[in-house]
Amino acid sequence: MERERKKTGLGGWLFLLLVLAAYGVTGAVDAETAGQALSFFAKVMQNVLPVLVIVFFLLLAADLLFEPKWIKCNLGREAGIKGWLLAAVGGVLATGPIYAWYALLRELREKGMRASLAAVFLYSRAIKLPLLPLMIHYFGTAYTLVLCLYLLGFSIVSGVLMVKLEDRETT
Amino acid sequence: MQKERLQASLKKTARTFVNLLPIIVGMLLLTSLAVTMFPEQISAGLFGSSDALDALVGASVGSIAAGHPLASYLLGGELLKSGVSLVAVTALIVSWVTVGVVQLPAEVLMLGARFAIYRNVICFFSSVAIAFLSVYTLRLIG
Repeated sequence: MERERKKTGLGGWLFLLLVLAAYGVTGAVDAETAGQALSFFAKVMQNVLPVLVIVFFLLLAADLLFEPKWIKCNLGREAGIKGWLLAAVGGVLATGPIYAWYALLRELREKGMRASLAAVFLYSRAIKLPLLPLMIHYFGTAYTLVLCLYLLGFSIVSGVLMVKLEDRETT
Repeated sequence: MQKERLQASLKKTARTFVNLLPIIVGMLLLTSLAVTMFPEQISAGLFGSSDALDALVGASVGSIAAGHPLASYLLGGELLKSGVSLVAVTALIVSWVTVGVVQLPAEVLMLGARFAIYRNVICFFSSVAIAFLSVYTLRLIG
């Protein structure tokens, strides 16, 4: 997992380098366009900076309050309504690369976790708590709230649809 | 003990944040360049036919894209400003985080082919459904 994290970090810097290279090429061909793009970037960055500070503190809070062991322990319980809710909440709280969670879900499924709950967990990961301020910044509070509620609802729907797959597997 | 835990968490969060920064800055730079270079083409090219088609295009782009979710907000926000419909942008944002064409091989290996394919197909169509439902709900509540 550590190796994956380091790899992702390097990928980000490589991505930034490629983008800067694209700016270099654009600047060589059309310096005015590159300049306009940079001033547009500066304007957007000014708006985004305060939101990034909030994102940092939310990431910190998530790390302090929710340990992976806690999530793993509670998701592994016998599924009932509580299991569905826990899968949804666990997905919302889950952060980091998805590959890490595939491994955890496989482990849990081998121990008896239902496929439907794994689907619910993966779906509800779409709600990124630490990134909500940025979403609100771009799309507004009402939109963010409505979208998050639908995402939660559809995480359950996806789980229900996966029950059919589960039934096929068992028959 | 608490101080040590806080220090460890701060370290971990700082590392995560430093890893996030180049993605945020890179994505902002890239969208700034794209919006400056192709302000009209972005909305007129891929999007702009009908809400249904735009939602499908948005969901397809989001399904193929493999980046940090933050990038989808930035791209979606800029697309919205350049005139792309909210339905298309919502489908893009939702499929970006729920469908993973690039991650599919890993998901197949870890969770099984049937599970991975069913889940991704369900997520693709639900991203379109959520896009319409969200926009219509917002219209209803004003």
